[in-house]
Amino acid sequence: MLIDAQNIHKSFATQDGPLPVLRGVDLQLDKGETLALTGESGSGKSTLLYLIAGLDSVDDGTISVAGRQVHGLDDQGRAELRRETVGIVFQQFNLIPSLTVGDNLTFHARLAGRENEAWTAELAERLGLTDFLRRYPEQLSGGQQQRVAIGRALAGRPKVVLADEPTGNLDEETGEQVAQLLLDLVRDTGAGLLVVTHSLRLANRLNKRVHLANGKLA
Amino acid sequence: MRGFQSALSALLSHWRRRPGQFVTLVLGLSLATALWTAVQAINSEARSSYDRAANQVAGADRATLEKADGGAISMGDFVRLRRAGWLVTTVLEGRLQRGRVIIRIVGIDPLTSSAGPLNFEGGSAETPYEIQDFIGQNGLALAAPETIAELDGVPNLPRLIPQEGLPPRTLTVDIAAAQALLQRPDAVSRLVLLDPQPVGAAPLGDIAPDLTRVEPQTGQDLARLTDSFHLNLTAFGLLTFAVGLFIVHGTIGLAFEQRRVMFRTLRVLGVSLKQLVVALVVELAALAVLAGTVGVLLGSVLATLLLPNVADTLRDLYGAQVSGSLGWRADWWASGIAIALLGTAIAAAGSLWRIRSMPILASAQPRAWAMVSSKTLVMQAVSGFVFLGLAAVLLGLASGIVAAFIIIALVLVGSALLLPPLANRLLDFGQSLARRAGAGATAQWFWADTRQQIPGLSLALMALLLALAANIGVGTMVGSFRTTFVGWLDQRLAAEFYVNARDGQQGEKLKIWLQTRTDAVLPIVETEATLDGRKGAIFGVANHATYRDNWPLLERTPQVWDEVARGEGLLVNEQFARRSGLSLGDEISAAGLPPTPIAGVYSDYGNPAPQVMVGLSKFSALFPNIPQQRFGVRVPPERVEALKNEISAEFGIEERSMIDQSAIKDLSLSVFERTFRVTDALNVLTLAVAGFAIFTSLLTLATMRVPQLAPVWALGLTQRRLAALELARTAILALVTVVLAVPVGLALAWLLLAVLNVEAFGWRIPMQVFVGDWLRLGLLALLAALLAAAIPARRMAAMAPADLVKVFSHER
Repeated sequence: MLIDAQNIHKSFATQDGPLPVLRGVDLQLDKGETLALTGESGSGKSTLLYLIAGLDSVDDGTISVAGRQVHGLDDQGRAELRRETVGIVFQQFNLIPSLTVGDNLTFHARLAGRENEAWTAELAERLGLTDFLRRYPEQLSGGQQQRVAIGRALAGRPKVVLADEPTGNLDEETGEQVAQLLLDLVRDTGAGLLVVTHSLRLANRLNKRVHLANGKLA
Repeated sequence: MRGFQSALSALLSHWRRRPGQFVTLVLGLSLATALWTAVQAINSEARSSYDRAANQVAGADRATLEKADGGAISMGDFVRLRRAGWLVTTVLEGRLQRGRVIIRIVGIDPLTSSAGPLNFEGGSAETPYEIQDFIGQNGLALAAPETIAELDGVPNLPRLIPQEGLPPRTLTVDIAAAQALLQRPDAVSRLVLLDPQPVGAAPLGDIAPDLTRVEPQTGQDLARLTDSFHLNLTAFGLLTFAVGLFIVHGTIGLAFEQRRVMFRTLRVLGVSLKQLVVALVVELAALAVLAGTVGVLLGSVLATLLLPNVADTLRDLYGAQVSGSLGWRADWWASGIAIALLGTAIAAAGSLWRIRSMPILASAQPRAWAMVSSKTLVMQAVSGFVFLGLAAVLLGLASGIVAAFIIIALVLVGSALLLPPLANRLLDFGQSLARRAGAGATAQWFWADTRQQIPGLSLALMALLLALAANIGVGTMVGSFRTTFVGWLDQRLAAEFYVNARDGQQGEKLKIWLQTRTDAVLPIVETEATLDGRKGAIFGVANHATYRDNWPLLERTPQVWDEVARGEGLLVNEQFARRSGLSLGDEISAAGLPPTPIAGVYSDYGNPAPQVMVGLSKFSALFPNIPQQRFGVRVPPERVEALKNEISAEFGIEERSMIDQSAIKDLSLSVFERTFRVTDALNVLTLAVAGFAIFTSLLTLATMRVPQLAPVWALGLTQRRLAALELARTAILALVTVVLAVPVGLALAWLLLAVLNVEAFGWRIPMQVFVGDWLRLGLLALLAALLAAAIPARRMAAMAPADLVKVFSHER
């Protein structure tokens, strides 16, 4: 089991008291599996993804990613998890603006100490970025930037890829292309993929689909 | 380690992409460090010269025996004391003029003195010598290498041997050689007491009753006197450094805000918080060391340019000999780097703390860097008033130079803190006026938007306020000083010219000869004296209308001149009265001077030592051994040249011994101007640094202005109009700052004149205002602000519409 989240509870403090977002969520993902997590805006999809990525901590429950208990880790341990086990793709791309496309592409792999020139070159080729490696992110279109973000997430061959609305900022056609590239590459690396999305089209292309409503999986 | 390295390389890539910002940061910190280093280098060089002066064998740091009336000691006294078992050594000191150079001669007895840093034997291969080469009338002279270089080609000097560690422009010779060079045979200035004195030697009063023991104080005096000067310089250096820090704070703050996305991404990708913070600290430290190094180099160039002036000033004001060339010292080099590191730490502390406490999931969008709440403005106002209140309390309770500087610092910081809330109120007022006047939408937006810019520009505006206030304050002080000083010179130098006779005998003849050929002959006699524990002088003053009409009295009894003429009263200088808390009627006494009440207090600028003036007849009765050699001569101005020629022909007195009034005034004014040249230079540099601070702030804010201006552009304002409004906005903010800087500057001037000067020098100068100077300074500040705003405004005017449209898309 790549991801095993059990009985996850998470609330946020508001002026009117704690606002529960997740109320006892269980979620599992196996190796090579692709899972779509759908739900209304504010249903807690992204929160669940952030908890799995170690970007936030649970109020209650346990999360294990590739055999590592996430909920007990300190900042250092969670940083290590994100560096070595997980690859993340964001809706807003979040590339480093002062690094070239090439440097952005290899950045995560270098952090993890798993840089592989041949694999990076293949990624660049398959993502159609070969001609843009010396450019800076601001010189690319949104679709191209998201392709760089996907390449960055996969360059270190992580065990798990987490994607938060990866096509949310793109037009339909570009989104389609990007989604296809993401699925192809994840399949080829053998990683597990958890995608948070509003897009039913994208969700339908994954192995499994779960829906989050009122803080619980439906 | 991998995470750290990658994080560091990513952080540094920001500067590669933004070289302009990098240059601004390094230049801002370098400029701040340069001014600080220049001041440190000058202070360090001067202090090193004082140390050398104090450490020499002439006995400045030891107790001495001196004549109570300040006259010369005879060699007979020395011999009697030695025979009675007293361990004393002779010193003769004097000044020698050779051409245009004035050299200090220090005569010592190498056989009885403790050598201190002097080495009487050895020398280099080229200049070998032994102690017997030093002894006797024609013995050699020891001098600092730089002095020997300076005296190259000066005739009639002994053979000069270089020796490190000796004070500048000073020759150390055998006492016999000094007596010959100074033409004072058998004379000794003082006898230095050596350690340890034998127990049971006959009391001093039995052997040499006219000698008194004087505790060492010359070196301390010099340090104390010059300390205030150096403190002034240091304070100015700190002020400029603080202004420079505004630039650094602004650029670092912006660099942090611009990289918020990067910080979040790095964290998300697996760089731990600790690694990120350490990488940022390493990055900042590297930048600080780089900027510090550049700053130290710039500072040493600046110090090299300023040091000759400072050395002249210190010599003219305090008689302190300071080398005019800069030595390379590790202390100010280290101090420069340290201050750069400290400045960066101060400037970056807030930003680092925010990163440390920033949640990983915090919005990655650059926060409104410039945004500040009304709560912050209230806090700033409260803090400002607290600072000013503290200053007022200290003003009433504390005294001393350090307290004076603390008060000045509190006033400056308090005023700077009050600037944003006050400017906010003023612009609020402008906005409501515009509304009431039924101004159009553009005008209303303009005022509201200008108010919105205050937080972002507040640091730069504070820097401008400090620089302007310093300029107005110091300018008012120097201007008041100059006006008072010129008037005072006119009063003090009433005689048309002054003549020095060779000796007392010639003086008597000259006096009689002049009496029939001039309107008045006014003898000027003086003797050294210890007044209230400090070295000073007693003068004799003739009973003449010249003094009654002109002498600058600050306080007086109704019959002051009659009382002085009858010997029933005396005059004291202002610094003596202030330092010793004296007022009219208080009695003054000194060795040789019986208790006499004070009948008047006179201003005596440029002289730090206490002075007393008694009637001439009383002076002659008290100090019969002091001959009348110097005279002020009153003649119609057109007779001056002819009379000088006649004196020269009759008595053989050289031209240089007859100085006319205008020459002395010119010399005094040139000393004065030189004294403040350093201050002027630092003033200009501070203003330049403040201008640079505005420029960097505007430039950095410009990138954030696009989202604020694009909607207005979209609603129908042209880019040209927007650019013009940007210029107008900067001009208004600069103008508000100038207006608020005037009262702060005047407060600073008052503190300098009425508090700091009194503490540092003992005199108070009436404050005068120079409105023309403010207008000129205001225009200069306005021009600097407009120049600083020109580049961002031009960029706005020329920006491609596509870039403005991006604001409305999600791609930004």
